[in-house]
Amino acid sequence: MPELNIDGRALQVAPGTTVAAALSLAGDGCSRTSVTGQRRAPLCGMGICQECRVNIDGLRRLACQTLCREGMQVETRP
Amino acid sequence: MNQVDLLIIGAGPAGMAAALAAAPSGASIALLDDNPLPGGQIWRDGPNTELAPQARQMRAQLAGWPNIRLHSATKVIALASPHTLLVEDPEQGWLIHYQKLILCTGARELLLPFPGWTLPGVTGAGGLQALIKGGVPVKGERVVIAGSGPLLLASAATANAKGAQVLRVAEQASLKAVAGFAASLWAWPNKALQALQLFDSHYRSASHVIAALGTDRLEGVRIQTGKRVEEIPCDRLACGFGLVPNTELAQALGCHLEKHAIVVDTWQATRLAHHYAAGECTGFGGSELALVEGAIAGHAAVGQPQQAQALWPQRQRWQRFADRLNQAFVLTEKVRNLARPDTLVCRCEDVSHAALAGQTSWTQAKLATRCGMGACQGRICSGATQALFGWEPPAPRPPFSPARIATLLQLDQAD
Amino acid sequence: MNTADVIVIGAGIIGAACADELASQGLDVLVIDSQRPAATAAGMGHLVVLDDNPAELALGDYSVRTWREWAPHMPEDCAVRNNGTLWLACNADEMAVAESKHNTLREHGLACELIGAQALADLEPTLRQGLYGALKVSGDGVLYAPNAARWLLQRHGAWITRRHAHVSEVQGNRVRLADGEWLGATAVVLANGIYARELCPELPLQAKKGHLLITDRYPAQIHHTLVELGYVTSAHNSQGPSVAFNVQQRPTGQLFVGSSRQFDNQGPGVEAWMLGRMLKRATDFLPALGQMNAIRSWTGLRAASPDGLPLIGEHPEQPGLWLAVGHEGLGVTTAPGTARLLAAQLLRTTSPLAPEPYSPKRFPGISAHA
Repeated sequence: MPELNIDGRALQVAPGTTVAAALSLAGDGCSRTSVTGQRRAPLCGMGICQECRVNIDGLRRLACQTLCREGMQVETRP
Repeated sequence: MNQVDLLIIGAGPAGMAAALAAAPSGASIALLDDNPLPGGQIWRDGPNTELAPQARQMRAQLAGWPNIRLHSATKVIALASPHTLLVEDPEQGWLIHYQKLILCTGARELLLPFPGWTLPGVTGAGGLQALIKGGVPVKGERVVIAGSGPLLLASAATANAKGAQVLRVAEQASLKAVAGFAASLWAWPNKALQALQLFDSHYRSASHVIAALGTDRLEGVRIQTGKRVEEIPCDRLACGFGLVPNTELAQALGCHLEKHAIVVDTWQATRLAHHYAAGECTGFGGSELALVEGAIAGHAAVGQPQQAQALWPQRQRWQRFADRLNQAFVLTEKVRNLARPDTLVCRCEDVSHAALAGQTSWTQAKLATRCGMGACQGRICSGATQALFGWEPPAPRPPFSPARIATLLQLDQAD
Repeated sequence: MNTADVIVIGAGIIGAACADELASQGLDVLVIDSQRPAATAAGMGHLVVLDDNPAELALGDYSVRTWREWAPHMPEDCAVRNNGTLWLACNADEMAVAESKHNTLREHGLACELIGAQALADLEPTLRQGLYGALKVSGDGVLYAPNAARWLLQRHGAWITRRHAHVSEVQGNRVRLADGEWLGATAVVLANGIYARELCPELPLQAKKGHLLITDRYPAQIHHTLVELGYVTSAHNSQGPSVAFNVQQRPTGQLFVGSSRQFDNQGPGVEAWMLGRMLKRATDFLPALGQMNAIRSWTGLRAASPDGLPLIGEHPEQPGLWLAVGHEGLGVTTAPGTARLLAAQLLRTTSPLAPEPYSPKRFPGISAHA
C-alpha cells in the first residue's frame, strides 16, 4: 500500500491507484488552478485534456496516467 | 537507439492483437502505450477492476513472447527522421527506428462545451469510467451521465458497479434512433446481450444537458428532455458526445485521413508505405472490430497475407456493426450550440465563446485569443471549434504531446 | 477613382505601424492582407536594440524609445514588458565584445551596464555557472506582436480599413487583387515581409528560417530576455545553419525559446534536427529548461536583406510604390521608426532619421532587374 503526499497531506492507497484517484481520496479531487483562477479536476481520464497536470517530485506530470508510488510528493498548487 | 522490425503504437485491443499476430514470425516487436498498463480504454486495468478474461489472456500472452517488448507510460513525441520516432516515458526519452509501423492510437471522447463544464465534478463519460477504474471512489455519489453513444451505458454500468447512484443517463439521440439501433442488434447477439446487461432504467433519449450547476464544484445539472427542463442535484456529471479518432501521429507521418479517421486498405495499410493502422483510429467500431483489424495488420506487416486474408470475413461482420453504430448516434444541432457567451471553449487558456465568435479561422482565433495555445495542443477545443464554427486545425507539429526539453534534445543527431 | 489615400499591403507589425502613422497624419488607409502565416505571428516579439552598424542602432534606438512611449496606452493583451536584455558572455573574447557594445550604446544614450559573473548569477540564478558576465540593456523589452499590430490598426478608428484579400500584382500606385479587381491610391506601401518577393522579385530579399519553441506555464525563472553574444556573430555573419541562445519568459510564465537561422529552402516545416540543436544550445545556458515541458514548436521566415538593414523608401523603378520590407529579425523592434521614416518620405515632411542608409536605391540590382 504505497503512501504518498498530496499538498502536504499523507495518504495510503491501494497498489495500482492513479494519482488522479489519489486526489479524490485525499481531498476535493482538484489537480490545478486555471489561468483565471478556477480550480480544475481531471476531465478526460486518458491523458488528453491536460487538466490533471500536477507536480510530482518536481516534474509536471499527468495524474490520470501516473500510478501512485511510495514517497511521491504531489502538488496541485506549485 | 532502439532498432525494431515492427513498432506498434497503442496497446489497446488493436495493438495487442497486432503484436500477438506478428509475434510467431520472430520479428522484433516494440509495443508502446501511454497508460501505465496495457489494455487501452476498454480494457483499462486498476486497483478495483476485474479485467475481462480475454484481456487478461492477451496480456499474459504478450508477456510470453520474448520478441515483444512492451513500453508502458510511453508517448510518441516527434518524428526524428524517416522511420525513427522520438518517444518519452517518465524517466527518459529515446529514439526508436522501425521497419514497419502499426498505428493503434485509438480514439478520445468528443467533449463539447456547455455552461459549467469546467466545474470540478464534471468529466467525460468515458472519462469517468477511466477515473473510476484508476481508483476514484464513487460509492454513494449521485451521478448523471449524459451525451451520446453506447459509452454512456458502459460508463453507467461501471459507476453502478462501484456503488454510485446513477440518477439519469441522458442520450441526446432520439428514441427512434436508439430503438432502431437496439433492434438491429439481433445480428450481433453478444452485443444485444451486452446492451441488455448494460440497460439502465434511468436511460432517457432525446435528452441533453443544458448546464452544470454549482459555484466551486458541481452541485447539480439542468437537463432538457424533449420539451421538459428539470434540475437534478448530483455530485458528478459524466458527459461525452461520442468518440473522435486520435490521428495526430498519422497526420504528422503523412497518412491519408478521411472524416477524421485514418484511411486503410484491406490489409490495414495506410497510403504511406510500411505504415499500417488498426482499431478506433481508423473509425469507431468497438473492441471486436479493433481486435480483428489489429490481427490483420499484424499479419500483413510481417508478410503473412494468407493469415491476414483469412480474417477478412470476421472484420466485415464487425464493420457492419460499426456502421450501424455510427448511423444511430449522430449529434443534433442543439448539443453543438449549448455554449453561452461566457462559457469557456478553450479550457487550457480560459477563452470564452464570446471571444471566439467573430474570429475567422482556427489560426486567426489562436493568434488573437490564445485558443489552442495551451497544453492540450488544441485537442479538446478543436472538437468544440469544429462543431461550433467549422474550423479545421492545421497538421500537428512536434512535440505531439507535452514533453520534457531534455527529451527533445535527442533530435539533434550530430550525424 | 482612388480606393484610399494609401494602400498598405500586409497587416503584420510593419504594415500596421505604417498604416497607423499615415492615419495619424490624416490619411485614409486601406490595409490588405492575405492572412497567410508570416513573421509577426511567428516571432519572439522582442524589442532589442542591435548595434552592428550606426544605421541599425539609430533605427532600433529610436523605435524602442517610441515603443516605450506607446506602452502605457497599449492594452493588456499586447503583453508589453520592459524586462531588459542581458547579452551573455561565455569567455573573455565575448566579454570584450560586451564592453565594446557597452561603449557604443552608451555613446548613443542608451541605459546599459556591464555585469560581472557574480552579479549575473544574482540577477539570473537559473543560468549555468561559469559565465563571464553580461551587458544589461535596460530599455529593451518584449511584447505580443499580433495584438500590438491589431492595436495599431484599430487606434485611429475609421481612418484605417482592412481587407482580407490576396494582392497578385502591383504597378506603382495600383494593385490587382487575385479576383482581378484593380485598386488605386496616391501611394501603395509594400509591407508584407517575405511575400514581397512575389510582387517584386527584383527585391534582394532572402528567407532566413527560424525555429521557436514554447513551454507550459511555470513560476518565474528568468527576469530578462537572455541572449548570448554569440547571437551577434552567428546570426549575421554565417551562411550555414546556426543556432544561438535566446530565451525570454512570457507574462504567461511560459519560457519562449529561440533561435535558429537557416538560409536553405526546406520550406516552413519544423525540422527535428534543428529543433534539437537549438534546444541543446538553450539547455547549455539554462540547465533547468531540460526538465520543463515543451508544448509547441513552429517556424517563421525572416525577410533578410543583403546588408541587414531594411528597405524603406520609394521603389526606384515604380513611382508611387513604397517599400517597407527586409527587416529580418528586427521587424517588431524597428516598426515605429520604419513607419515614421516611410511617412516622412511619402509626405515630404521632416524625417526623424537620415533615410539614406535604408534607401532601396542602395541596391542597384533592383533597377537592373526591373
